[in-house]
Amino acid sequence: MSDTKQLCLSGKGVTKVFGHGKTKTVAVDNVDFEFYSGDLISIVGESGSGKTTLIKMLLGLTSVTDGEIHFMGQPRDIKTRHKKKEYWKGIQAIFQDPYSSYNIFSKIDTVLLDCIHMRGGRRLPKETKTEMMREACSFVNLKFDEMTNKYPFELSGGQMQRLMIARIFLLKPKILLADEPTSMIDACSRATILDFLLKLRDEVGMTIIFITHDMGLAYYVSDTVFIMEKGKIVEHGSANDVILNPKAPYTVQLLNDIPKIHDPWEFSRNRREVSDAG
Amino acid sequence: MHMGKIMLEVNDLSTKYITRFKEDVYAVSDVSFTLEEGRSVGIAGESGCGKSTLALSLMGYYFPPLHYIKGDIIIDGQNITKMKPDDVRKNVLGTEIAYIPQAAMNALNPTRKVIRFIEDVVRAHDPKATKKDIHDLARQRFEVLNLPESTLNKHAVELSGGMKQRTVIAVSTILSPKVLIADEPSSALDVTSQKAVIKMLNDLMDMGLVKSMIFITHELPLLYNVTDDIIVMYAAQVVEKGNANQMVFDPLHPYSKGLMGSMLVPEEGTRETKLAAIPGTPPNLKKPPEGCRFAERCKYVMPQCKVYSVGYTEYGDGRGGRCLLSETELRDLYAIEN
Repeated sequence: MSDTKQLCLSGKGVTKVFGHGKTKTVAVDNVDFEFYSGDLISIVGESGSGKTTLIKMLLGLTSVTDGEIHFMGQPRDIKTRHKKKEYWKGIQAIFQDPYSSYNIFSKIDTVLLDCIHMRGGRRLPKETKTEMMREACSFVNLKFDEMTNKYPFELSGGQMQRLMIARIFLLKPKILLADEPTSMIDACSRATILDFLLKLRDEVGMTIIFITHDMGLAYYVSDTVFIMEKGKIVEHGSANDVILNPKAPYTVQLLNDIPKIHDPWEFSRNRREVSDAG
Repeated sequence: MHMGKIMLEVNDLSTKYITRFKEDVYAVSDVSFTLEEGRSVGIAGESGCGKSTLALSLMGYYFPPLHYIKGDIIIDGQNITKMKPDDVRKNVLGTEIAYIPQAAMNALNPTRKVIRFIEDVVRAHDPKATKKDIHDLARQRFEVLNLPESTLNKHAVELSGGMKQRTVIAVSTILSPKVLIADEPSSALDVTSQKAVIKMLNDLMDMGLVKSMIFITHELPLLYNVTDDIIVMYAAQVVEKGNANQMVFDPLHPYSKGLMGSMLVPEEGTRETKLAAIPGTPPNLKKPPEGCRFAERCKYVMPQCKVYSVGYTEYGDGRGGRCLLSETELRDLYAIEN
């Protein structure tokens, strides 16, 4: 990859405060970040560290209490509904729960057609639209002919999440926010979803911001890792730097608490030695 | 291979669910294993493979829609499948076998103090126990497990998630059961509290307060850190069994191999290896396929796999698997691939 990567999303002093007075909670506390295009960025933190709030602010679903967000080098403007819709052409999301991400009344072809229409393809001939939908389905290894006339809830969790990626493939946003897309599905289907996300990054050149609490997952997929603790970013850098040589005490502690294979916990190691000897 | 006293012996256990449309779902079929004193066994598998149903079935207390079909559960020489449900509840649950549910967050009644749960558990087995005895027992147990004594007089809402789970463990093991079943006790917690919970289970085992443990989870790195042996389940059957080192570093059954290949740990070298994904979905347990249940998704499938039903073969040294190929044939197969 070239050294001059384009800055696609950045924030300065981004803060989110919920409530006021006694109930005041600072969910995201004066956070600065720079995301470069073509990267897969992971944001790792425990529950309650503010990662989902940060994502909601980036998407424009909740207001920003303080600070600025720049999108493609310009200050983000989503004051009107029209401008918000324009903004969402450049930034899209996949959520944790595939079962509640779809409109239960629309069939799968409608879901995909909507994406084509949103990209301004309303006037395209029908054959072209079908061809585009077929391409999107084959991108995620789904058979388009089996999908037509079905509703999303007839699919399994893994298939639904793959259909979500097919939507993203049609929409081709500049940035994809993935909020724990693999936490509700099995370990076996997890690998497939991750592979498709990597494929989106490599073949379409999308920037992907991946939210997770799983260090192993973050290490496997990401180029850059941000560690969040209580609303602050405590450490960031390339995946190898952060995960293999952590500097911040919080990261060290998180890595210590994760079950590992080659370096098991102290007490499990003792147990195993005793049981092997006996 | 060392032989301790056998705490739990399960022979050909099969159970089913009867749905409201009167269809049978065979959620556990022909499961056999033994568990020795002082050892723990982990059960791994995809969601829907029957891990949690196995846990429920092992308690010997069946209530609809779960039904018993066949098999024996022998806890410390006592066959509990032959007992009446009321007997099981009075004399087996709590003292012989205890269960930690997945949703510990909802396991505690919010209107009662923690000490009341302990009173309930103890009184169910010994109606004459005095309040002082129970309180002494509770205080002593909490001290041993490094839980603050003040927890006893708190309500569930005053505790954090990790504390709640540890309290539930302390309450369910108060009578020092012979077998403890932990069904994903840490899946709702973050990594720091998870470690505290695992540490506590480990302490319970070390101190002999719990004689043996069955740990259920789908997270393999965690299983490797917790248990001595690992059982892999697929579509209601045991497909492979062995000790933790063998199962993680040298899996034999094609399914366990796929499962171990999908493991993610933040350690050097994992970034370069490609994650293995198993294509397809597990079979419908309403009508389990003839022959090998994994045949549809297996990379190494042969024509005879779909015809002959596959029995469980012992490979020796406590290890065994459910595959038509023998241990050496499987090893040869993997050697060729590499």
